Amino acid sequence: MVKQSQIKAWLYLLPAILFLGAFMIYPLFDVFVYSFEEGYNFASQSYFGTGSYNYAYVLRDPYFIAALKNTFIIVIITVPLSTIIALLISLGLSSIKPLKDLFQTVYFLPYVTNTLAVGLVFMILFKKTAYSDGLVNMFINFFGGQSVDFITGPYWAKMFVMCFYTIWVVLPFKILILTSALASVPKVYYSAAEVDGTSSVDMFFKITLPMISPMVFYLVITGFIGAFKAYSDEVALFGTDLNSAGMNTIVGYIYDMLYGNSGGYPSYASAAAIILFAIVLTITVINLMVSRKTSIR
Amino acid sequence: MKIVLKNLTKKFPNRNKKQGGDVIAVNNFDFEIPDGKLVGLLGPSGCGKSTTLNLISGLEKPTEGQIFFGEDDVTSLPAQNRGVGLVFQSYALYPHLTVFKNIRFPLENLKGENKLTKEEMEKRVKEAASLVQIDELLDRKPSELSGGQQQRVAIARALVKSPRVLLLDEPLSNLDARLRLQTREEIRRIQRKTSITTIFVTHDQDEAMSICDLIVVMKAGEMMQMGKPQEVYDDPVNLFVARFLGTPPINVFEGSIKDGGLYIGEDRVLEIKTDDNKSGDVYVAVRPEGFILDPDGPLKCELGRLEVMGRDVSIVSKHGSLISESGTIRSIVNADNNVDLGLSHVSFSLKPHKVYAFDKETEERIRFESNNG
Repeated sequence: MVKQSQIKAWLYLLPAILFLGAFMIYPLFDVFVYSFEEGYNFASQSYFGTGSYNYAYVLRDPYFIAALKNTFIIVIITVPLSTIIALLISLGLSSIKPLKDLFQTVYFLPYVTNTLAVGLVFMILFKKTAYSDGLVNMFINFFGGQSVDFITGPYWAKMFVMCFYTIWVVLPFKILILTSALASVPKVYYSAAEVDGTSSVDMFFKITLPMISPMVFYLVITGFIGAFKAYSDEVALFGTDLNSAGMNTIVGYIYDMLYGNSGGYPSYASAAAIILFAIVLTITVINLMVSRKTSIR
Repeated sequence: MKIVLKNLTKKFPNRNKKQGGDVIAVNNFDFEIPDGKLVGLLGPSGCGKSTTLNLISGLEKPTEGQIFFGEDDVTSLPAQNRGVGLVFQSYALYPHLTVFKNIRFPLENLKGENKLTKEEMEKRVKEAASLVQIDELLDRKPSELSGGQQQRVAIARALVKSPRVLLLDEPLSNLDARLRLQTREEIRRIQRKTSITTIFVTHDQDEAMSICDLIVVMKAGEMMQMGKPQEVYDDPVNLFVARFLGTPPINVFEGSIKDGGLYIGEDRVLEIKTDDNKSGDVYVAVRPEGFILDPDGPLKCELGRLEVMGRDVSIVSKHGSLISESGTIRSIVNADNNVDLGLSHVSFSLKPHKVYAFDKETEERIRFESNNG
C-alpha cells in the first residue's frame, strides 16, 4: 500500500520535477560547469581548457569591481532604510482611522504603476534638460544651492538618485506586508500592557516588533536578494551603457558579458553569476540564522 | 480595598449608523464590593459584564458615573495608575517571552521610587510563581504550556505587582471541564491567601455560585440582583434571575393566583396568602428539588423517563402548562423513592419555599406566604 501511494505521489510531482529540472536545475548546473570552462563559445560549443581562470579574470576586472561596489552600496543603504521607512509608514497607517484606505491606496500605487511612468516621474524630478534642471534642482536653487546633475553628474549624486529610486520602488510591497502584520497582532496584548503601565515606546519594542519579526525578517531577506539582483532600475535611470555611467551592478555585468557591446563571453558571465549566487546564499543563510535565534518559538 | 460603583453608565456609539443612537452596555450601575471578597459578575453573553470589568480596570472610560477604590475616586485615572491586575480570557501571554519574563513584564514598567532592582524583580516573580505553583515552568515559552498552566501564569503576572484589585475576565472558559473545576478551586485558594478584592466575570453560574462570596447577576447592562450565591438562588427577585441560576434549570409554568390558591394550569398546587390579595395570571417557577413524590399530590404530570444519578433520581415528565424551553419538567428526588415506570402519570406535591410566582408583565417576583406548612 505504501509503495503504491508513493508511486502516485511521484506521478503527481512528475510534471513539476520535469519542468523544474529542465529549466531550473539543469541550467544552474550548466552555469556552474561553464564557469570553469575557459573561453566557451556558444556557436561552436567549444572551449580551450578548464580551470579557475574565469574567476580570476572576473575578480580582477575593474568593471566587475565597480559593479560589486555599486551593488553593495545599494544593498546596504536601501534594504535597512526601506524596511525602517516602511515600518514607520505602516505604524502611522495602522494608528489612524480617517482616510486610512485612501493613504493605503496612495502608498500602494507605485507597485501597480508602469515602470516607464515611474521613470518619467524621476526624469521630471532629477533630469537636466534644455528647458529645466529638474524639480529637485529648482528646489535646491530656491534655497540658494547649486544645481546638481543627478543623471550624468558626480558619482554620489547618481548613487543618491539610484538609492532613492530603489527605496521608492520597494516601499509599497513592504508597507502592504507590514500593515497586515501589524493588524494581526491581537489587541489584547496592548490592553494587557496598558494595564501594566507600559510606555508606547516599550510597547513597540517589547511587543509589536517581536510579534511582527517573522514578517520583518521575510522582508529583509527578500529585500537583500532583490537588491543584489538590481539591474532593471539602473537601466531605467541611466540607460543601457551602465559601465560608462559608472553605475553598473553585478547582474548588469553578467548581462553585458553575455549580450552587451563587448559581449560574447559566457564563461566570464557564468563565473560572475556563480560569485553572485555565493554572495546571496551567504547573506541569506546569515539572515536565517539570525531570525531563527530571535524568533518566537 | 472596597470598590464602589456609582451610577456607572457606558454607552457605545451604534455600529450600524442607520439605526443611530447609542448602545448602552452598562446602565446606571450602583453597587459596592466589600474589601477582600471574591465577587462574581454573572450574566449571559453580551450583558455588559466584560465592559463593567474594563471600566473598573480603566481600559474603558465611563460615559457617566464614578468608580471608587476605597476612598479614592479613580474614575479619571488611567489604567496603569489604578493598581489593578487583569487576567484576560485569552490570557494574553506574550508568546515571544518566557514564563519568567512574562511575569516580570509588569515590574519592568515601574518607575520612580517604585523602581525595582533586578534581584528584587526576580524575588517577586518567584514569589508570584510559587503562589500559583508554576515554579518549574519559568524557563518555558507560553506555547509549551497547557491551558491550565497558561492560566496560572496569567494570574501570576496579574498578581506580581501586588494589585489593589484583581480582575478576571472569563478565566475558565478556555479550559476543559476537569481543569475548570480544579482551576476554580485554585482561584479561590489564591484569593483567600492574598485576600485581594477580586472580581470575576463569568457566564457560567456553576462557577460563580461555587467559589464567589457574592454574585452580581446582570442582564442587558442592568444589575438584576446582588447577594450571597445561596441567597440569590433561594430568593430571586425576578424570573430572569430564577431562570439563570441553577442546574438543572428551574421549571417555569403558566399559572394563576385565585381564591387564595396558586395554580399551575388547573392544578391547585399551594394554598397561599399574598400581601394585597393579588389574583390573576402569573408565572410559577419550581426548582427541580422542590418536587416531592406524592400519589395524592396536586400536580399531575405525564411521566417520561428516569435519569438515575446515584444519590438522586431525576424524573423527566411533562405538563401542559410548562413553558420551559426544554419542554420537560426535571424534578430531582431522593433515589430511595421508587418510581413505577409502568404508570403513565406521576403526581407531586411541592415544597413551598422552592416555588416562586412572578408577575406576567414585569416578571417581578410576587411574594406570598404559604399555608401548606
